Parts: sequence; C-alpha cells; structure tokens
Amino acid sequence: METEITAFMASAVRVATPLLLAALGETVAERGGVINLGIEGAMLAGALGAAIGASAGGPWAGVAAAVVAGLVVGALFALVAVVAGAEQIIAGTATTLGCIGLTGVIYRHHYGPGGVGLTLPTFPATAIPGFSALPILGPLFRQSILTYAAFLLAPALWWLLWRTRWGLRLRAAGEAGLQARTRGVPVRRVRTEGVLLGAALAGLAGASLVLGQVGTFAERMTAGRGFIAIAIVALGGWNPLRVLPAALFFGAALALQYVLQAAVPAVPYQVVLILPYLLTLLVLTTAAGRAKAPADLGRRAASVEGD
Amino acid sequence: MRPERWRALTALGLALTAGLVALAVSLTLTGYDAASALSALWLGGFGTSEGLLSATLPRAVPLILIGLGLGVAFRGGALNIGAEGQFYAGAGVATWIGLSLGGWPRPVAVALVLLGGAGAGLLYGLVPVWLRLRFGVLEVISTLLLNFVAEGVISYLVQGPLMEPRHIYPQSALLPLAARLPLWTGTRLHLGMALALTLAVGIWVFERRTRPGFMLYAAGVNPSAAWIMGRIDTRKVFALALLASAGLAGLAGGAEISGSTYALFQNLSPGYGFTGIAVALLARLHPLGIVASGLLFAGLEAGAGAMQRDAGVPAVIVSVVEAAIILTVLLGDAASRRRLSPATGI
Repeated sequence: METEITAFMASAVRVATPLLLAALGETVAERGGVINLGIEGAMLAGALGAAIGASAGGPWAGVAAAVVAGLVVGALFALVAVVAGAEQIIAGTATTLGCIGLTGVIYRHHYGPGGVGLTLPTFPATAIPGFSALPILGPLFRQSILTYAAFLLAPALWWLLWRTRWGLRLRAAGEAGLQARTRGVPVRRVRTEGVLLGAALAGLAGASLVLGQVGTFAERMTAGRGFIAIAIVALGGWNPLRVLPAALFFGAALALQYVLQAAVPAVPYQVVLILPYLLTLLVLTTAAGRAKAPADLGRRAASVEGD
Repeated sequence: MRPERWRALTALGLALTAGLVALAVSLTLTGYDAASALSALWLGGFGTSEGLLSATLPRAVPLILIGLGLGVAFRGGALNIGAEGQFYAGAGVATWIGLSLGGWPRPVAVALVLLGGAGAGLLYGLVPVWLRLRFGVLEVISTLLLNFVAEGVISYLVQGPLMEPRHIYPQSALLPLAARLPLWTGTRLHLGMALALTLAVGIWVFERRTRPGFMLYAAGVNPSAAWIMGRIDTRKVFALALLASAGLAGLAGGAEISGSTYALFQNLSPGYGFTGIAVALLARLHPLGIVASGLLFAGLEAGAGAMQRDAGVPAVIVSVVEAAIILTVLLGDAASRRRLSPATGI
C-alpha cells in the first residue's frame, strides 16, 4: 500500500509539471489582461521543438528549441491580439489551430510519414541528497530537473509580479488598462511582454512533457493540456503561489484515473476527470474566487488602450 | 456597391488568398507537389459530386448550425467557446432518445431526437448563463471548463449505460431506422442540411426585420448606449444569445447522430465547436454568409482527407489554412477599424 501511494504521488507530480509550467505562463499573460488560448498551440510547438532539438543536440538543446518555438507562437498571437488589438479568444483559437497543423506537417516531414518509435534523450531523475531517502516522500525528490525548475518558478514569478516595477505595470495593464495608460504605462508593450514570457513558459511546458514525462513526440500530444492550464489559473486565483497547488490537484486527478481504473473498476474513472473542472467552477462562484480575476481580462486591447 | 460591403469583400478575398498562399508555401517547403495536392483537395471537396454530396455537405451541417448559433452569441456579446460541449450534450441526449423510439413513426421520432438534442444543448447553456448573471463568472472560462465536463460524461456513457449490447466497442448501439434523418438516395447528404438552410434564412430575417433582432444587434455594438438610449436589457440579450447558440450547438449534435453517424462515440466531433468560431467570424456573423463559410470549411476538411489519400499530404495541413484565414480576417478588421476613425480608435 505504501509503495502504491508513493508511486501515485510521484506520478502525480510528474503529470503536474507541464500543467504547472503552462499555468504559470498563462498566469503572467492573464495578469496583464490577455487570455491566451494559443497557449495550447505554444505548448504543442514547444513539444515538437523539444523533440527535434533533443534528437539533434541532447535534452538541453531540446529545452532551448522548445522555448524558442513557444516564443515564436507567442509573438504571432501577440501581434494579432495585442498589437493589432483583435478579439483574444478568436485569435488564440486560430493560433492553436495553426500550431496543430504546422506541428503535424513538420513532424511528418522531419520523421517520415509513420514517425513511430521516436525515442528521445530525456532528463534523468535527479535525486536531492537527503530528501530522496525519506520514507514515502522520497520519490517526490527523485524527479526530472524540469520539475524542480517548475516548482521554483512559482515563487519567482510571484516575486516578479508583486515585487518588481515591471510586475506592477503588468498588473495595472490587466486590472485597469485605461487608467494605467493615462499614468504613462505602455499598456501594449507590457501586455506583449507578458504574453511572450507566458508563451516561453508554455514552450518549456511542452519540453517537460516530451523530455521529462513521455520521452517521445506524437501529433496533438498536448491533448488539451493548454486549456487545462487556463482552468488551473482560475482555480489558483491568478496567483503563482496558489497556481502551484491547483496544478498538483489537476495532476493528481489525471494520475488517479489510471489507479482507479485498475483498483476500483466499479467507480467510473471519468468522475475524477470531471471533478477538478466542477471544483474550479465552484470556486469561481465564491466571491473570493471571482474577485481575484484581473478586471480587464479579455478586454479588447483597443477599448482599454485607446489608439 | 456600398463602400463597407466592398471593404468586407476585399477582406474576404485577402483572407482566402492568405489561406491558399499558406497552403502552397507549406506544401512546397515540405517537399510535396503543390499542384497535385491542390487538385486532390479540389476534387475531394467540391469538384466531384461524390466529394460534394457525400463528404462536404454532410460535414457542413454541424458547422453551419454551430456557426449560426455562435453568430447570434457573438452579436449579443456572449463569448461562448463551449459549443463543443453543448454539441456533445445534444448528441448524448439525442442518442438516448433515439435508441428508445424504435417502433415510432419516423417523422415523430426524428423530431423528438432533434428537439431532445436542442433542448439538451440549451439546458447545458443555462449553466454558464446562470454562473455569469448570478455570480459574475466569465462565460469564456465557464464554457471552456464545461467542454471537458461534457467530454468526460460522453466517455462514461459510451463505456457504461449507452455502450453497445455486445460490450466490445466504446460506442452506443446504432439508432433504429425510425430515428434517422432521411438521406438523399445514393449520397450521405441528409435532411439536416435543409434544416440548417431554413434556420439560416430564419435568423437572417430575425436579425434584419424584427425588433428583438435589432435589440440583439444594438446590444452587441454598444451595450451602454443600447441601455441608455433604448432601455435594452443587455443582461437579457446576453442570456438569450448564449442560450440560442447552445441550443443550436445541441441541435447540431442531434442532427449529427440522427443524420450522419447513427451512433454516439468519443471524439464524435473533430472540433466542430472550435471550427464553428472560425465559420461565424469569416462570415462576419452574417447568417447567410455563415452558410457559405460553413460550406467552405467543410469542403476544405473533406478535401484534406482526399489529399491525404490521393497525394500523400497530411490532412492536418488544412488547419494551417484555416488559421491563416482567421488571422488574416482579424488583422484586416483591426486595420480597417483604424482607418475608420484613427483618432478615437473606433
């Protein structure tokens, strides 16, 4: 029993890592008032970038390529949704659609029409001395380097958003774009920077999916994880420090479905898949859950920035 | 021709050109023969009666129905991105109703299946409406979340209560003949297309010629002016617009079950709910234009299948074309807005 619990916790953390990275990125973008549905596409592009980079130059080259791929996708989205000021939801949907197509075509072009059996050099589990020897909790400290990075990023981003001048300006752009603009905040620019940082993290999320979890690439492999990240951001109240446990919760639910399928076939495993979404909706109905949303989230750039 | 219509047509032409260029460029860069691929795409989507009647038109039915609904929703200021989930709600209930109507007269059974689908979609749409009006939860987020919930429930249904009797495949049993929409003999085109066209004309007349239709339009253009000048209750408009779109997405789910697949399974929708957004946008939310853009996107996707079969080009490339079209429309809109009134940004 103890080993089962340990294995489950370790797998929950592993599954949660790409979700956490993507959700942290989306938190930054949404704090600036931009809801980026293109994050799913940026993550997918990051996954393919990681695969191509890693097979050419090892896992670190994969990480670099993934971040670049995420940035390219983020730049495309920012051009349409922030610079041109188009509707964010539609621009994001189109960005993701384009990424699904492009990654599919590039993947088949690069690895042949079948493309099966791709095995990539991945990050090995790195044990943290001392902690990894703990009973039960030990496996939590034998994870890939990207998992540790994701966990450290949460407080780092909190500091960036709430303790730096850039963070203040970004939050002002997301909270009250028009007032921020009259106070001299270049709203378009900080929003673009927020989207780019978020998309780079989404690319990194794709890398962690490929290099820290699955070890291969498949078409459409992100399978909605970018959209799950948007749910996690809402559950985490748009705060990196709360997004961390929210991502772990979603990761645990995803990991639990396999355990449940095997151990208790009588309970439909879909229950645990649906539960996190229902809980997120429930949290949003509370005054506290709602109040945390940036006030100008999704607001057309032109209406808050003037022209 | 009025200048704004001229501008709209120019933008449309530009968007379609961008789509075509994106296709030709990605074909050439990845080493495929662009000419033979494009010819396969054309023949599979529009150029043969087989492609047109049995692949494109059946695919267009859900896209037009969902697109029509999203057109109304976006006009009324409701950002419904949950058409995918509402489609599944409709498909699930339609299957359940259809399977129990074996001995019924066909017109009655089919009508009940379609109404059940529309009703289920509408009820599912009530959730985001209630969450928005009662608790202020943004419908963008709630409808996105509800997509996952609906997909989870369908996954449970086809492996549980609605699983086919032999319990081998994760799908429902086939609908009895009585519950199936009639086909045009020799093709896969079903009567749902007539329904979609009728609704398109109906919504067009509603938006252009009726008072509630005008209120919908006014609330979408400028909510505060609509309230101050016309006492138009924008909350009510929001609710009705979202509910209408949810009902139409549910109807699309019912029509897909009753007219095309005759069975419920996971991944029933290849993303109709999201492509529907593109369909509505390309037509600038115009109901008759949505018929045309629905046909265009359906033809692209049907042709993409043929392209993969006959020219070896991955069908997924068509997503690049769709994305190029949508992004060009968005950029064109943004550019023309600036030309209209550079000083105020309107």
